[in-house]
Amino acid sequence: MNILNLIRIAFKALQRNKLRAFLTMLGVIIGVASVIAMVAIGQGSKQSIQSQLSSMGSNMITILPASNIAGGARLGGSTVQTLTIDDVKAIRKQAVNVSAISPAATSSGQSIFGALNWPTTIQGVSPSYLDIRKWDLKDGIPFSDEDVRASAKVCLLGQTVITNLFPNGENPVGKIIRFNNIPFQVIGVLVAKGQSSFGQDQDDVILAPYTTVQKRILATIYFRTIYASAISESASDDATDEITSILRKTHRLRTTDENDFQVRTMAELISALSSTSNLLTILLTAIAGISLIIGGIGIMNIMYVSVTERTREIGLRMSIGARGIDILMQFLIEAIMISITGGLIGVVLGITSAQLITYFLSWPTLVSESSIILSFAVCAFTGVFFGYYPAQKASRLDPIEALRYE
Amino acid sequence: MSKKILELQNIKREFVMGTEIVRALKGVSFDVMGGEFVTIMGSSGSGKTTLLNTLGCLDKPTEGTYLLDGVNIGGLNRNELARLRNRKIGFVFQSYNLLPRTSALENVELPLFYNIEISHEQRKQKAIKALEAVKLADRLDHMPNQLSGGQQQRVAIARALVNEPVMILADEATGNLDTRTSYEIMALIQELNQVQGKTIVFVTHEPDIAAFSSRTVTLRDGKVVKDTLNENVRSAKEALAALPPAEDY
Ligand SMILES: Nc1ncnc2c1ncn2[C@@H]1O[C@H](COP(=O)(O)OP(=O)(O)O)[C@@H](O)[C@H]1O
Ligand SMILES: [Mg+2]
Repeated sequence: MNILNLIRIAFKALQRNKLRAFLTMLGVIIGVASVIAMVAIGQGSKQSIQSQLSSMGSNMITILPASNIAGGARLGGSTVQTLTIDDVKAIRKQAVNVSAISPAATSSGQSIFGALNWPTTIQGVSPSYLDIRKWDLKDGIPFSDEDVRASAKVCLLGQTVITNLFPNGENPVGKIIRFNNIPFQVIGVLVAKGQSSFGQDQDDVILAPYTTVQKRILATIYFRTIYASAISESASDDATDEITSILRKTHRLRTTDENDFQVRTMAELISALSSTSNLLTILLTAIAGISLIIGGIGIMNIMYVSVTERTREIGLRMSIGARGIDILMQFLIEAIMISITGGLIGVVLGITSAQLITYFLSWPTLVSESSIILSFAVCAFTGVFFGYYPAQKASRLDPIEALRYE
Repeated sequence: MSKKILELQNIKREFVMGTEIVRALKGVSFDVMGGEFVTIMGSSGSGKTTLLNTLGCLDKPTEGTYLLDGVNIGGLNRNELARLRNRKIGFVFQSYNLLPRTSALENVELPLFYNIEISHEQRKQKAIKALEAVKLADRLDHMPNQLSGGQQQRVAIARALVNEPVMILADEATGNLDTRTSYEIMALIQELNQVQGKTIVFVTHEPDIAAFSSRTVTLRDGKVVKDTLNENVRSAKEALAALPPAEDY
């Protein structure tokens, strides 16, 4: 008995009952399609988080004041003021793994131009902030170190602020706006950055020299945040260590003291968020995998029914010369054909539904080759595994018993 | 003139049903020569089917020796028996046993799928030839449910013939058919026997069917009670002609 003949026999047997063959496939189709679609959703969201974060600057380091313990009571991070310009200068001078650094003093308030006003946030930063955030100007010029030294009342506007203060499309560069009643001259316009991965509008911001914000708006010498860039993404950890030891020195902490600041790298954030979405992928895949197994059990179920129903056929085949192995192979090949055909349809359906999800729900999806190969392999294996027992049952029938079967 | 094709020596077959033992065959011995047309008669339950299954290598006797074409069946394993069934034996059943939703041609091709020596093209040619032999050349693509009982039985006979076996075994092959159709089938069987020289063992419980054969073995309670040669074999063709013409409705 050659394999080609067996395939022909199995194919003809399936052809005799197309609807049932299709219904049996359905479990596998849904299983494979959902594995592929789910993995695509998981991978897509992971990839989009990663690319968003690295567009923010994958070697960015953020330094924040720590919530420290004062008499047992923990105070919120923002209320504790520990970061000053001395810290910035020390890091700039001593940390070899840091390529750029900028403090940030933040205040919220009302921006006004003419008759229009808009509640927004002003960030007092140094010129290198734009490098650290990989942020370009669409128009105008950035402010300079000279503006910082002079606490100049100049600013750069984010796109959201422009939309609200200059709705008619006039060029803001050169205009004077007011923030909390302090006049600022607009010298540049920032390109749109869109939402951050946390859902924040990054364009709803005004950038000004930190000295101006500290002195004229906040009346403080402290910063809420310090941003820095490591010389490379891989140097992030070394830079973190350097910054930590420098700040412990400038803050005169004893060896037993806890840090009164915290240093966070973007790399950390990326891996934290990636691991969340990896978990999501695993969960989705597990659910989809279970449905694939259920599809396999469906095949086994139908194949058992089919063996019972076709007992006389099996008896007849044996009486005209089929060996046990021929019968076994016939039913096994039938099961494999069902699962492989179902798998192929499932792959097509999975890819299509991933695209539809992106199209209609605008969720990012990424169909990975490995998920296609894996789910297809699992489903071929399912056919062999779940098809074997019914096929074996068929092959062990006694020909006369089978022929007498009613 | 011709050699022994079947040799049965003291064949016994017992079925164990729970605590009971059913003795279907209680020591059957006879020989069949090549080219003979033997009918096996007997009332229901006398062991005819059990005997035929043994002859067809579907079943092994509990005791006794059975030689088919000089080969002792007792020493063969399941796969060797399957090969014998495929090459040397053609079965015809009372209930046709055609595969549903499968054309006459494909039904006849079926035994050739299990014969590795037959190529794809040969298979179709042989099946068409076999269907021509049973005068169904114009029904190749008909499904079993589009054929009459007699036609279905002829497809089954074509299927039995297609591998060119030395022997055809039929179990009440006319049991489901009316007299006219039965005679048509018998005429076909007689032709196979007389023209092609096939050995035929035909189980029936109808005496007028037995009259078409050259020899009748009668079973009762699992034993041979009579074994007679038929002096004047009736011609099925003539019997058919003698029937009153079919009524038209
Ligand atoms: N597979 C079996 N299991 C148990 N008893 C059987 C089996 N096959 C046949 N028999 C018994 O053997 C006897 C002969 O049966 P069978 O050969 O079918 O008779 P016939 O074909 O002459 O009517 C009967 O009593 C029947 O019940
Ligand atoms: Mg019987």
